[in-house]
Amino acid sequence: MHDWHEIGALDDIPRLGSRVVQTPHGDVAVFRAADDQVFALRDRCPHKGGPLSQGIVHGHRVTCPLHNWVLELASGEAVAPDEGCATHYPVRQENGRVWLGLNNVVSLATATRETA
Amino acid sequence: MREKLVLVGNGMAGMRTLEELLTIAPDKYDITVFGAEPYGNYNRILLSPVLAGEKTVDQIMINDLDWYAERDITLHAGKEVVTLNRARRQVITADGTTVPYDRLLLATGSQPFMIPIPGNDLSGVITFRDIQDVHAMLDAARAGKKHAVVIGGGLLGLEAANGLMKQGMEVTVVHLLDVLMERQLDIEAAAMLRASLEERGLRFLMGAQTVAILGDERVKGVRFKDGLEIPADLVVMAVGIRPNTDLAKQSKIHCERGIVVNDTMQTYDPRIYAVGECVQHRGQTYGLVAPLWEQARVCANHLARYGISRYRGSVTSTKLKVTGIDLFSAGNFSGGPDCDEIVLRDQARGVYKKLVVKDNRVQGAVMYGDTIDGNWYFQLLRENTDVSGFRDSILFGQAHLGDAGHGGNNVLAMADEAEICGCNGVCKGAIVKAITTQKLFTLEEVRAHTKASASCGSCTGLVEQLLTAMLGDYSKTPKEKPLCPCTEYSHDHVRKTIREQHLTRLRAVFDFLEWKTPDGCHSCRPALNFYLIATWPSEAKDDSQSRFINERVHANIQKDGTYSVVPRMWGGLTNPKELRAIADVADKFQIPTVKVTGGQRIDLLGVKKEDLPKVWADLNAAGMVSGHAYGKSLRTVKTCVGSDWCRFGTQDSTGLGVKLEKMTWGSWTPHKFKMAVSGCPRNCAEATIKDFGVVCVDSGYELHVGGNGGIKLRGTELLCKVATEEEAMEYAGAFMQLYREEGRYLERTAPWLERVGLAYVKRHIVEDGEGRKALHQRFLASQQYAQVDPWAERASGRVDAHEFQPLRQVG
Repeated sequence: MHDWHEIGALDDIPRLGSRVVQTPHGDVAVFRAADDQVFALRDRCPHKGGPLSQGIVHGHRVTCPLHNWVLELASGEAVAPDEGCATHYPVRQENGRVWLGLNNVVSLATATRETA
Repeated sequence: MREKLVLVGNGMAGMRTLEELLTIAPDKYDITVFGAEPYGNYNRILLSPVLAGEKTVDQIMINDLDWYAERDITLHAGKEVVTLNRARRQVITADGTTVPYDRLLLATGSQPFMIPIPGNDLSGVITFRDIQDVHAMLDAARAGKKHAVVIGGGLLGLEAANGLMKQGMEVTVVHLLDVLMERQLDIEAAAMLRASLEERGLRFLMGAQTVAILGDERVKGVRFKDGLEIPADLVVMAVGIRPNTDLAKQSKIHCERGIVVNDTMQTYDPRIYAVGECVQHRGQTYGLVAPLWEQARVCANHLARYGISRYRGSVTSTKLKVTGIDLFSAGNFSGGPDCDEIVLRDQARGVYKKLVVKDNRVQGAVMYGDTIDGNWYFQLLRENTDVSGFRDSILFGQAHLGDAGHGGNNVLAMADEAEICGCNGVCKGAIVKAITTQKLFTLEEVRAHTKASASCGSCTGLVEQLLTAMLGDYSKTPKEKPLCPCTEYSHDHVRKTIREQHLTRLRAVFDFLEWKTPDGCHSCRPALNFYLIATWPSEAKDDSQSRFINERVHANIQKDGTYSVVPRMWGGLTNPKELRAIADVADKFQIPTVKVTGGQRIDLLGVKKEDLPKVWADLNAAGMVSGHAYGKSLRTVKTCVGSDWCRFGTQDSTGLGVKLEKMTWGSWTPHKFKMAVSGCPRNCAEATIKDFGVVCVDSGYELHVGGNGGIKLRGTELLCKVATEEEAMEYAGAFMQLYREEGRYLERTAPWLERVGLAYVKRHIVEDGEGRKALHQRFLASQQYAQVDPWAERASGRVDAHEFQPLRQVG
């Protein structure tokens, strides 16, 4: 089940850029592509934990600022030949406002792992 | 419905074209492939190692039958296409199969030439071209046949002879001329090669013309013009290849020596393309693999309907694939009018190197015994580099440039566990394994799979050597490398277009040059953004989303996601007020690490991103501005104390350093740019490893350029000597501007200088006074827009505030 949170206006996020939403289970990077589609990934590169929100957004992909891994915004999957995946979250847009869906159960599990 | 593409010829050129096509336009065509041989696609140039018993047939397969199935490609292996019906657009095979096409790709390769002499059809007379020939040779050797005669002392003939000898046969090589491999070697190198092959047991008959092959059904011997006859159980003809144009000719497609194609690899029938050894392009035919790769790339681009790539012909290099013999040849090695020869000969070591040079540019190379630098010379040749700066030591190789971070230069002699890429910790064995198991061919593929050479790039030469050693000369890329995979155009071409077409926006570049991706990638966007603002400083708008994070938030990202902050200290000078402000900031924001940098400043490490504007505000209040320690920009001007204090100082080096830094701070450059001013030749500021260094002497200022203390330690070259500080400033501005206008993005001044040559820079900066002044003026003009402290802008909260605050906190 998802809890939906309103996180701001579409225009709060720069085109081909990203903003961070702080959640109890860690930072979530919210990206806006050139076509105004919005995506959300956990703000940690599966490679070495780089903050994806700081990367360069191109097409529906983001390049991690630390070692140039490229991840698909929709799925969080690393582009081959790199292998790995960042957790992705559902996003909704209504009347210029952006909503982020956080999954309670899974997120809690993630949070526990992180503190452990 | 998808269009139909038919490929005739299942060889390396055709398949490479398909692979390139599938990468860029995977769903465009229904593809059918016809191959005369009953196998998948294999690496023909590795047949020699198979014959020599160093590899198996399985090891040289590139695409097995499953590969075709997985990609929905229909493969007709072992079916020969006999005619084309161009009016109906059909190919027709020997057994009557008819397949329609929308586009047809001919890659019919070449056929070995059989000398038209009596007996050339006897059993036991073969050529050296495909797996069947290799099997025939191996069978002969295993059946205990003794005498083999190889006709032709060229590359292929010698590789065949070596293989047969390794299989236990007694081999005689017959050559029409007195010089082996005369198309690749000069007399000297050919003689050394012959001596070394004779030592291994090969026999040679030089200047011998074969007139008949003797025998009834099976070959028994060979007769020469002078009447000599020698026994033979096996005769291998390796006297050359001919483009296989039968199918094209029969279908009335224009052919000369090969199937004639234009720069897009299109034949005279616009629906039909051709690549590989069957092709004649600008009067040339090619029998080596590197040109085929370049053709495949261009052809795929046009089949995918991108239509923005041209093949302009290739310069080729050759290596002999005989284990233990190192031989390299490229370009025009025999010289001619106005050419100089630079020669190194060391009989005892068995080393011979010759470079042919014209106007200080490499035209050709022949090397025997030590070929480590072959790729380097070949690169100098292709890029037409001015070598005057290192001509006196060029034959000693690239090693004298001193690579840091990995073990050495001879990759073949390295152990498997030797580390090649010091950045990513990749050892030789891992790269070799990736090349073999993942079937990698290019440097880019090796980088993607292993990360070797993917960071600082200093081991690129070693990785290329490995590729070459394992696969032949695959890694040769076209002279003009595309800027990134989003385009076919090179850095230089893109820049020229931005200037000539007056493009001032990224979108305009993408549109005008028909970028393949909607908004570029992390490689091209920062490059284009720099080219735009460097070319049109008053008009182009800096696009912060096209900047790497460090330049977007004006601090250096660290491995844990925090940032480092380095305030500017003009010429390395500071004072109690600044130091107090730095100490206060470190206390107030609990900055964990404070460190003195190599550029004479202080680095505050571990600053949280949201604290950055507040940290900057406090530093601004004490009069400090951004040090641009994070940018492809002017970094620092390092100085010594000079004549103010030092008993040896000849000039006010600190003062000049401050002036230089005040003039140049804030400017964006293709890569980072460092300066230094030393007050005397003792050079305490280490000015001779900077991009621009000044060494003061009693009579004035020596200006040094193109130094680098990083990956490749490189001392500067002396640009000139000037008498006054004003001149030193003008030369510095002009040099930076020339680099800003002509250096490729992410190319430091050292490789830039090596590429264009010191003479070129001197011509523009030293010899052309008007030009120098104009460059300097352009530099100052662009500084009007660049010298705004980015920290103050952001500390005010009016610029890019979104970068430093989270969007929201939830839960």
